[in-house]
Amino acid sequence: MTLKLGVPSKGRLMEKTFDWFAKRGVTLSRTGSDREYAGAVEGVSNMELVLLSAGEVPRELAAGRIHLGVTGTDLVQEKLPRFEQQVEDLAEMGFGHADLILAVPQFWIDVDTLDDLDAAASAFRAAHGHRLRIATKYHRLVREFLTDAGVADYQLVDSQGATEGTVKNETAEMVADITSTGETLRANHLKLLNDGLVLKSQATLWRSRVAKYGTDEKAALNTLLDLLEHRK
Amino acid sequence: MTLRSDIQARAAQLRVRFEAAGAQVVDTPLLQRAGTLLDLYGEDIRARAYVTTDALRGEQMLRPDFTVPVVEAHMRHGAEPARYTYSGEVFRRQEIDPDRPNEYLQVGYEVFERDGAAAADAEVFSLFALQVRGLPLRAATGDIGILMAAVEGLNTTEKRKAALMRHIWRPRRFRSLLDRFAGRSPVPESRRKLLETEGDLTGSAVEIGKRRAAEVQARVEALREDAKHPPIAENELLALEALMAVRETVPFATEQMRDIAVDLPQINPALDRLDARTAAMKARGVDVDNLDFEASYGRTSMEYYDGFVFGFYAEARPDLPPVASGGRYDALTRQLGEGEEIPAVGGVLRPDLMLQLEEARK
Repeated sequence: MTLKLGVPSKGRLMEKTFDWFAKRGVTLSRTGSDREYAGAVEGVSNMELVLLSAGEVPRELAAGRIHLGVTGTDLVQEKLPRFEQQVEDLAEMGFGHADLILAVPQFWIDVDTLDDLDAAASAFRAAHGHRLRIATKYHRLVREFLTDAGVADYQLVDSQGATEGTVKNETAEMVADITSTGETLRANHLKLLNDGLVLKSQATLWRSRVAKYGTDEKAALNTLLDLLEHRK
Repeated sequence: MTLRSDIQARAAQLRVRFEAAGAQVVDTPLLQRAGTLLDLYGEDIRARAYVTTDALRGEQMLRPDFTVPVVEAHMRHGAEPARYTYSGEVFRRQEIDPDRPNEYLQVGYEVFERDGAAAADAEVFSLFALQVRGLPLRAATGDIGILMAAVEGLNTTEKRKAALMRHIWRPRRFRSLLDRFAGRSPVPESRRKLLETEGDLTGSAVEIGKRRAAEVQARVEALREDAKHPPIAENELLALEALMAVRETVPFATEQMRDIAVDLPQINPALDRLDARTAAMKARGVDVDNLDFEASYGRTSMEYYDGFVFGFYAEARPDLPPVASGGRYDALTRQLGEGEEIPAVGGVLRPDLMLQLEEARK
């Protein structure tokens, strides 16, 4: 049997993952046409490359269908309860940096902290008859963060894309989203809350604690770990 | 492993006993309007309840407890006074602990009565104590009404008091508000700038979203106004902190709180009510001299109790949730009653945990 490595199938994340492994003596490549999600591995025998979307990696790791996977800390923590028990992080890969943050319109000069947000949400609910809406796709992480901070009178509304635009469109009053540079936020007239950092995330190589490891998989994993260790 | 049929039989037995105590049986739907629960509990309820949707009724939740539907049913067509009992499944979404069941039976007893709060509290507590008699349980009691009275009577602005009352059930935010109103926490740089500047501050930033500039300006004015008021006095703050830390048997707790009431006289009426309850419990044979009382008990349960609270815990099994718990929830009936309200007190039992503890003893 083979050791299965799940890697995001598209874009910069895939290229950077390939580069990262190449520097460590493992050559990953796509086989066949660009549309075909198949890959090849050189440098470690009995290892197989599985290409899938970054969002599916946590689920596949938790199900044990892949042994290793590359995806962000944010997705693992959002999708896997008690993630430490299901996966182990083998290496932070140094790219794909992104912070999950809370952002409000810049002109809210009265709101810079969670304390302010809570007070503003209370007044907003009284004035508008509904709770202050936060657009996000990270429901669990944001809810846990705000529960922990004791913020009330908000509601999460789902936004799977163009989240920063929801405020202008008045489908949300503020956002909780991933940002790497903050440029998109500024362009959309939004600012960060001072204490509104929900999570710091980067691309990480995870190992499934659930997957079955036979002799071949163990050997392949040890070879890979040696190569990774060598480069540290 | 406890058999499901055994749990159901025990639940039926308990319900019969509650009927014998004078309650009428109510049955509530499994699916509840999500909007009602979200308005009441906020987004936090999503972490605890399963949500489902259809195109006709929108979001609905699998009942996470009976309190809300029983109150709703009573408010629609209940006679007064009323005693209700029910037994049935509740559903709790589990995202952290795989050992906690996401579906279990609850048997409850609720009293809706205008007069004689102390008697009703004692009735409910002693009825539950009777059902769990013989099990190795520790009873905890408290009274959120005392803390609420303390906050309501603080010598500070109505706005500050309202902010504190809003977070009675969120101890952490309550703490940080208290620190701010007492001038203990440093003023954030952004706030200091805001307060030092005069006039409108909208500046060059674009106004976007449904929260308008007027609302921002109104809050800035409110903050400036608040800054003019002195912090909550040190003696009041220390007394409030001492009150929240009270944890003793009922007689000693009462004594401590009467001492605290020298600095917080506003809690005396609430303490009189505690005395009346203690007397009523004693009259029913409860060993109040050895009963635990914690002034902060019940603040984190998300049930929005606002008076007497109680719980029965397996002493040797700190991992288990309470086998029985309940309390007074007058304010909840006000919120759900659309103008109507009625004092209410009640509680629930977990027959599955009772059986589990009985088996462990064999």
